Amino acid sequence: MVERSPLLTIICHLLLIGGIVLVCMPLYFAFVAGSLTMQEVQQVPMPLLPGGHFLENLATAWSKVSFGRLLVNSLIVSVGITVGKVAISLLSAFAITYFRFRFRLLAFWLIFMSLMLPVEVRIVPTYESVANAALPIQWVVDGLNLSGLWEALTGYRVEISLEWNMLNTYQGLILPLIASASATFLFRQFFLTVPEELLEAARLDGASAMRFFWTILLPLSRSNIIALSIILFLYGWNQYLWPLLFTTDKDMATAVIGVKNLIPRSDTEPAWNVAMSGALLTMLPPVLVVLIMQRWFVRGLVDSSK
Amino acid sequence: MVVPPHEPGLKHAHFRTAGLPTLLLLPQLLILLFFFFIPSLRALAQAFLLADPFGATVHFVWFDNFTALFASESYRNSVWVTIWFTLGQNVVTIVVALILAFATDRVVRFQSAYKGVILLPYAIAPVIAGVMWAFLFNPAVGPIAFFIKSLGFAWDPNRNGSDAMLLVILAASWKHICYDYIFLVAGLLAVPKSLMEAAAVDGAGPVKRFFQIALPLLGPTLFFLATMNFVYGFFETFAIIDAVTHGGPAGATNILVYKVFQDGFVNLDLGSSAAQSVLLMSFALLLTLLQFKYVERKVNYSI
Repeated sequence: MVERSPLLTIICHLLLIGGIVLVCMPLYFAFVAGSLTMQEVQQVPMPLLPGGHFLENLATAWSKVSFGRLLVNSLIVSVGITVGKVAISLLSAFAITYFRFRFRLLAFWLIFMSLMLPVEVRIVPTYESVANAALPIQWVVDGLNLSGLWEALTGYRVEISLEWNMLNTYQGLILPLIASASATFLFRQFFLTVPEELLEAARLDGASAMRFFWTILLPLSRSNIIALSIILFLYGWNQYLWPLLFTTDKDMATAVIGVKNLIPRSDTEPAWNVAMSGALLTMLPPVLVVLIMQRWFVRGLVDSSK
Repeated sequence: MVVPPHEPGLKHAHFRTAGLPTLLLLPQLLILLFFFFIPSLRALAQAFLLADPFGATVHFVWFDNFTALFASESYRNSVWVTIWFTLGQNVVTIVVALILAFATDRVVRFQSAYKGVILLPYAIAPVIAGVMWAFLFNPAVGPIAFFIKSLGFAWDPNRNGSDAMLLVILAASWKHICYDYIFLVAGLLAVPKSLMEAAAVDGAGPVKRFFQIALPLLGPTLFFLATMNFVYGFFETFAIIDAVTHGGPAGATNILVYKVFQDGFVNLDLGSSAAQSVLLMSFALLLTLLQFKYVERKVNYSI
């Protein structure tokens, strides 16, 4: 601060308190609504102080959409996305920065291209890919006319039809969401800043490529991995469109979809209290992650946008 | 010793085997092939095909899907809705984030507490943010809707298109202010102190310094954030629209991404949905290139 200006400081505090009110108001009302009975929540005006029925509403939400199962699904999916994306990104970034091979630049550009198109714009065809991931292989089989070949060789008619349906599976929820190169680029940028001497020294000591990766590169990347993992965890936990499309089985949905199913529609009873308690429960894990690991989270946020 | 020609993005000290890197790249490339390249190419192919409703026959129709799209009233409506929505969201987000970042830069006490709370909405799923705002402004039970009505204004986002638009802009901005905020706080921290001091000696007050020194220096950051806000508004607000308005009333909040989903999964008009996907893809490509061209290395990211 260049000069003291108590009035401006007070104004700034007021502005920030305004910002906090803006952030907290929906959360506060969600909590109040989540702690009332259905009759109370429909009063106009709604009570401004919380009632005593929060746990009761939570129990209703819990049994209405089997939240226990959904929370476990959310955890599996978001951890799967985090671990999967970090792992494949580390390996591919290592390959394109530390190896000289014929198709290095081609691989680089193939990965680079995927940065440009967000998942949302290819919703329908990706859905088809997940509904039958073997379809491209089927094209190859049909294109090469393998069944005709088989018939010519053996005289028997065989239809080759492949199907690999990933709807309502964890891999169907996880794999399409790790098909983007943002994390690969993050690690690539980081590897480029690692001192050259480290590899030279490791080589003098007779370390192989993978040993260098495990014992030197990976420990150096630790803070990048943590920061990125937080962002990926939030991304996975808060997914909406994918789980909505890919899970027709209620038991394979995620917690966020559970909240969506609790929202009162015009033809259902207005159980906003139950919906709000479910919403608060579902936002709790990511909010705790952000609060507890704030420093890492900010770093991840800034890093992953580069 | 022969110095090898340097390849971009390759370490000087590197390995020269071929098998291992292929193996390392394989998982990434396979996932990209199945869930990125094939779907994108199929969208491209479908955009030029017309299938009858039972999928029995498929014709190649050149640009018919696109011309039908441009002629359709609902698509043009969707384009305008998207423009208003993203512009509104952009302005609200950046202005509020700038005010909060300016204030954060000035205060010393409680600074990290303020930051911690303001960052919270990032952790909250868009659909949950949508549900909370839909509740606040619900014309039957919402406390804020009650407040608006008690002031004598009419309020019904289920019937009135501009009410609905205002509501989704508020919900989308609430979720995204924290993102712009954290970059602007970092940007303000990076403004050279000497410049500020010199201006202060010349008699410029804090507000004047903010507008005449800090804001111009933040230019590239603001440009970057505007692009990111457009990306967010275009592609990531699907859940908010779905939770709050379902694109209604009468298409008043039917943004382009929501329309792709509606035409593809609800109306089962795959050709039109794919053509819309292709147009959105080109737009996303444009935004990315813009970002790379103007923003790369000009933004101060240090925190």
